[in-house]
Amino acid sequence: MELKRVVVTGMGTINPLGNNVAEFWDGLRNGVSGAAPITRFDASKQKTQFACEVKNYNPTDYFDRKTARKYDLYTQFAIIAANQAVKDSGLNTDEINQERAGVILGVGIGGLETFFNEVHAYKDENPKFSPFFIPKMIANIANGMIAIEHGFKGVNYTTVSACASSTHALVDAVNYIRMGKADVIISGGAEAAVNQAGVCGFNSMRAISTRNDDPKTASRPFDKDRDGFVMAEGAGALILEEYEHAVKRGATIYAELAGGGMTCDAYHMTAPDPNGAGATNVMRQALEDAGLSPEDVDYVNVHGTSTGLGDVAEPKAIINVFGEHAKKLSISSTKSMTGHLLGAAGAVETIASILAMQNSTVPPTINQFERDEEVPDLDYTFNVAKEREINVALSNTFGFGGHNATVVLKKLS
Amino acid sequence: MSDISAKVKAIIVDKLGVDENEVVNEASFTNDLGADSLDTVELIMEFEKEFNIAIPDDQAEKIGTVGEAVAHIDEAVKNA
Repeated sequence: MELKRVVVTGMGTINPLGNNVAEFWDGLRNGVSGAAPITRFDASKQKTQFACEVKNYNPTDYFDRKTARKYDLYTQFAIIAANQAVKDSGLNTDEINQERAGVILGVGIGGLETFFNEVHAYKDENPKFSPFFIPKMIANIANGMIAIEHGFKGVNYTTVSACASSTHALVDAVNYIRMGKADVIISGGAEAAVNQAGVCGFNSMRAISTRNDDPKTASRPFDKDRDGFVMAEGAGALILEEYEHAVKRGATIYAELAGGGMTCDAYHMTAPDPNGAGATNVMRQALEDAGLSPEDVDYVNVHGTSTGLGDVAEPKAIINVFGEHAKKLSISSTKSMTGHLLGAAGAVETIASILAMQNSTVPPTINQFERDEEVPDLDYTFNVAKEREINVALSNTFGFGGHNATVVLKKLS
Repeated sequence: MSDISAKVKAIIVDKLGVDENEVVNEASFTNDLGADSLDTVELIMEFEKEFNIAIPDDQAEKIGTVGEAVAHIDEAVKNA
């Protein structure tokens, strides 16, 4: 069976750097940090009192009051990003074959705020839950709502693989289209876990930074004094479309999603394999899937979360995969600016990589103050963006559970 | 308008996101005010909480309009 080609024809995002794609790119190329003190709840007693929240967000700017109340924040973000992407793609959703149009999103946790609030209010002596508790909280509900909004009646489900969730969604979506089972898929991911349960939960794991006196420099991937990731929220959505379908309707094509890889460390519940074996395999698999060699790659948007172990293992994996070419790569962790969007990270970083490609500009890894000798010496694009022609880019994401997922993006020739 | 009636109508306006002019006694939750089955359950729960009463499912099923809700709650509060 000859596989179809898959291209990106629309993008949308709401994240800590901007509430649309243009604002996001502005933040990325200028090295802006999205971190600030937490506003969503009183975090004054928390070990970590800051996060990368979506800014200037008022649900009723996007939804009527009743709808806003029925959607968890993660669903709101997902719908906003999806609507932007559909609009950007210029798709006439009434004219396409809706049964060959799907939605595959990745969500790491889902409606954590809804879960926390409802469980918090529960009392054994009068056992009641809101009838919206379950449908508002479940991690797949955003998919369902997006399908209703656009009438997409084809494949529809959610991938859950912690911080690799939305990259898994993208790879799955690519495979469906490649096999000829769908023409168009809205893919990407969403997350909104900056709440008591999310912050306190990650704090207990000692996974997140506690640099409360200086939030903007807290996400410092590869820096000697990094002390954990910075939680973020938001969503990213991409319109993935079968190449001929896109050409036929005269769509603007941003990039080809040329392939992907999915592997598992099978090593530890939360820690990465210290030698980056799983990460090595996933990048190799992704390149093979895309029919490209390591030497073809110009840019790697790394997972690079600003944690002790991960920031050492991933560069080791890059050296395993790319050998001598590793030194010629431009690498950056955009999490230094956006923070870590958990399940939505892969979608937002894939968009960042496409924007980098379009603008021939590698976004920086900000907050490098002191070099860490443990971190292999590669070109991490520290502190300032760099002009560079990018023809092929990789975007890596890794999740608790040992999940690794990578996508390969190619400029369309 | 009685105190109970005013409170019931305020809850309906809030939960269903409708204009208060639409919340007349004859208005049906599902046919006139755009409520689905989940909205209706949520409304009943809010009435229970606000007026500190219990509305069993078999009685809740008989409450279809604003007026029926007000009448039921009036009665329940009196007997509480």
